[in-house]
Amino acid sequence: MTGNNTNKVKDPLLHIIKRGSIVWWKSALIRVVAILIALVVVALITLVITGQNPIEMYKAMIDGAIGNELRIWNLLQDTALLLVVGLALTLSFKMRFWNIGGQGQIIMGAIAATACMKFLPGKVPDFALYLIMIASALIAGAIWALVPGLFKAFLNTNETLFTLMMNYIALNFAAFLTFRWSKNSGNNVIGILNRKTHAGWFPDIGGEGFVGRSFLLNILIVFVMMLIVFVYLKYSKHGYEISVVGESEKTARYIGINVKKVIIRTVIISGAICGLAGLILVSGVHHTLTTDIEGGRGFTAIIVSWMAHFNPLYMALTSFLIVFLEKGAIQVASSPALNLDDNFANIVTGIIILFIIGCEFFINYKIVFRKRKGGAS
Amino acid sequence: MEHIPALELKNITKKFGSIVANNNVSLSAEKGEILAILGENGSGKTTLMNMISGIYFPDSGQIFINGKEVVISSPKDAFDNGVGMIHQHFKLVDVLTAAENIVLGLDGRFNLKSAVKEVASIAGKYGFDIDPLKKIYEMSVSEKQTVEIIKVLYRNADILILDEPTAVLTPQETDKLFDVLRRMKDEGKTIIIITHKLHEVLSLSDRVAVLRKGEYICTIKTSEANESVLTEAMVGKKISLNIERAEPKDPVDRLIVQDLLCLNREGTPVLQDVSFTARSGEILGIAGIAGSGQRELLEAIAGLQHISSGEITYIDPKTDKHENLRDKTPVQIRQLGVRLSFVPEDRLGMGLVGNMDIVDNMMLRSYGKGKSVFLKRKEPRDLANEIISSLEVVTPSASTPVRRLSGGNVQKVLVGREIASTPTVLMAAYPVRGLDINSSYMIYNLLNQQKSNGVAVIFVGEDLDVLVELCDRIMIIGSGRIAGIVDGRTSTKEQIGLLMTKNVKTHTEKGTEDVSQ
Repeated sequence: MTGNNTNKVKDPLLHIIKRGSIVWWKSALIRVVAILIALVVVALITLVITGQNPIEMYKAMIDGAIGNELRIWNLLQDTALLLVVGLALTLSFKMRFWNIGGQGQIIMGAIAATACMKFLPGKVPDFALYLIMIASALIAGAIWALVPGLFKAFLNTNETLFTLMMNYIALNFAAFLTFRWSKNSGNNVIGILNRKTHAGWFPDIGGEGFVGRSFLLNILIVFVMMLIVFVYLKYSKHGYEISVVGESEKTARYIGINVKKVIIRTVIISGAICGLAGLILVSGVHHTLTTDIEGGRGFTAIIVSWMAHFNPLYMALTSFLIVFLEKGAIQVASSPALNLDDNFANIVTGIIILFIIGCEFFINYKIVFRKRKGGAS
Repeated sequence: MEHIPALELKNITKKFGSIVANNNVSLSAEKGEILAILGENGSGKTTLMNMISGIYFPDSGQIFINGKEVVISSPKDAFDNGVGMIHQHFKLVDVLTAAENIVLGLDGRFNLKSAVKEVASIAGKYGFDIDPLKKIYEMSVSEKQTVEIIKVLYRNADILILDEPTAVLTPQETDKLFDVLRRMKDEGKTIIIITHKLHEVLSLSDRVAVLRKGEYICTIKTSEANESVLTEAMVGKKISLNIERAEPKDPVDRLIVQDLLCLNREGTPVLQDVSFTARSGEILGIAGIAGSGQRELLEAIAGLQHISSGEITYIDPKTDKHENLRDKTPVQIRQLGVRLSFVPEDRLGMGLVGNMDIVDNMMLRSYGKGKSVFLKRKEPRDLANEIISSLEVVTPSASTPVRRLSGGNVQKVLVGREIASTPTVLMAAYPVRGLDINSSYMIYNLLNQQKSNGVAVIFVGEDLDVLVELCDRIMIIGSGRIAGIVDGRTSTKEQIGLLMTKNVKTHTEKGTEDVSQ
């Protein structure tokens, strides 16, 4: 405040007040308004900086996300793939175990699945291949989370750094294997595995004419997983223990919860679900291993989980939103009608997500503007 | 010229959501006066004071200082207007010295030497006992408080607000603080003290302003007040301030603690040579300066603290079997059939989970029962509703997160749950801390009920007046050692106060001859 008008009494212009609680429709309204404002801001920025027609850009976005049936299925599958990682991380996050090693855990699951697809066909019966593949992918992901989990439980090391560093190991391991397993030695491409036999591939659902035949199973697996995680967190004794340990370790000890056991059990499940994500990526989507197969989901899922306040059902919405924006951005970048590249498309996505996260402030706080008459005269 | 008060509040209103913390409060404080703000919990005392010291901003109303209207929207504004507040929870940097903490955040050239001198001169003027170069982490609670007070004086505050300053002090330290406050008053300072201890109000203040449920009730001249007048103004009805103390019914030994030794992480003892017996149908009080080992003692019994040597023996009332509780986990203790209930000091950080609702908090002890992997919420829901109605818990519903409840209601939920398991031993650490008179008496009654049911009650308290009224025996603990066990019916609080500091003295005055009895 300026100090020269010492005799005048002036209220500050606005005040921030914490809300006690908020009715659901108000918070929903705030979110919708936030998205609308974001769209307006993006439109203005587009117009001012690039001179492009923002309406055209939004059209391209929508076209990219849901422009045809294949795109819709792709959108749903990518939503599911992001969601499943979000589910995995949420289990840890509920316990205040900041697992940012989703990337590494997914990659380890993918590596395990790839190894099974590459080396087992012909040596074991088909059903055994699937069993071994599923088990090894889940275990691989679980181990990658268990290592930092053990250190956390027994030595109280910082899990954020630990899980992060485990990512680099997994990433480079995957790079090494793509080199080692490459089809033509040295070109670092493994190529589609079992293209003819489809051994280890998730089966299609529906006939030739059905566009979604290769997507549907992946989506269904994640949908079931979502329900399981929701019930596990909300209605099971394990889920209750996770909440208590997360809220207060002191309370957990006071009532006799074995905190170490809960931490270890939960990170194993969390890692295993990441491993499942890796399995779906390999057996259900790409049928090969590449170094970028994880596609940043281990980190993007952190936003998914937080934006949904760790609620598995809301997470379906938040991952849909993020994937929708990503898909739209790709189309914006590649649309010949627009002279924009993917950098600008990412700016657009960033602005929209910023508004969505930023509106949480208005859900938690209320801003009161000055009511009294201004400075006395 | 007309009379101008040092501080005047006019029609101050503050709401948090739908809760009205202060409604149209008007009051004033004079120069050279000690004004006590009295009120139950949730009556809006601290909120009101926070608005004068710049923590909150009023929704409406005016503040006048020396007759001039002011706007205080930050603690800095408050200091600029000569207002300083000493909060209940100290805001000091542990690794810095007293003097460094005092000058912290001030504008202008940083000159520690002159600051040290200035601090020493303030201390001399008002009779503080302080070493400006001592680090905060080496200080006792009362020394830290002194630093907070000097911090405010250093900023030339003429109006000092103290939020429950005596809650953490021994009777002797309280007397010393009051002497200092009286000296400040004589120097023309305005002192506002928030408290709910009636005898302190009566012995210290010049006038008392009473708040009730966010409303200003009245201001009474202390010389014309007494305890029952003040209570009536505060609560709104006459209530009896007597605590019953029935004779224990056939007490038998229930819990025997022998030569307990517990070490902290650094390997220094936090409990040493602790031996005592808790009997059924009896309330054993534990008195001592905060942090003398009370928490560790209860946690050791509850299986939460590692015991280096010594024994804790539980005698089963039905089978007369002796169970050794040493080095058992809380679950193992429960599996032995020992019905031990524990109301910890840290209610929301240990006894309850703040973000969970009342129903889920009821489950904390019992959720693991049965083989099902799923939770059964019916029983805990019934229990929650029963506790809400029988203990008059004020809450929108049983599915309200407990952190949203007021302190007294949080404690009712916790004590209610612990009693619901029909314990044979009930340990309660500071169960009435921060509670208003009504809730406090309800808790005392519950403890008395448990006592008459034959439960061995262990009660760690801080208000010596209550301890001598409620407890059958009082054990005094100082620096982790037992300083004495006295009969609650015959001992006085002065006697207990002396015992409380006994071990501390012999500890700090190493080398002088031991004056143990």
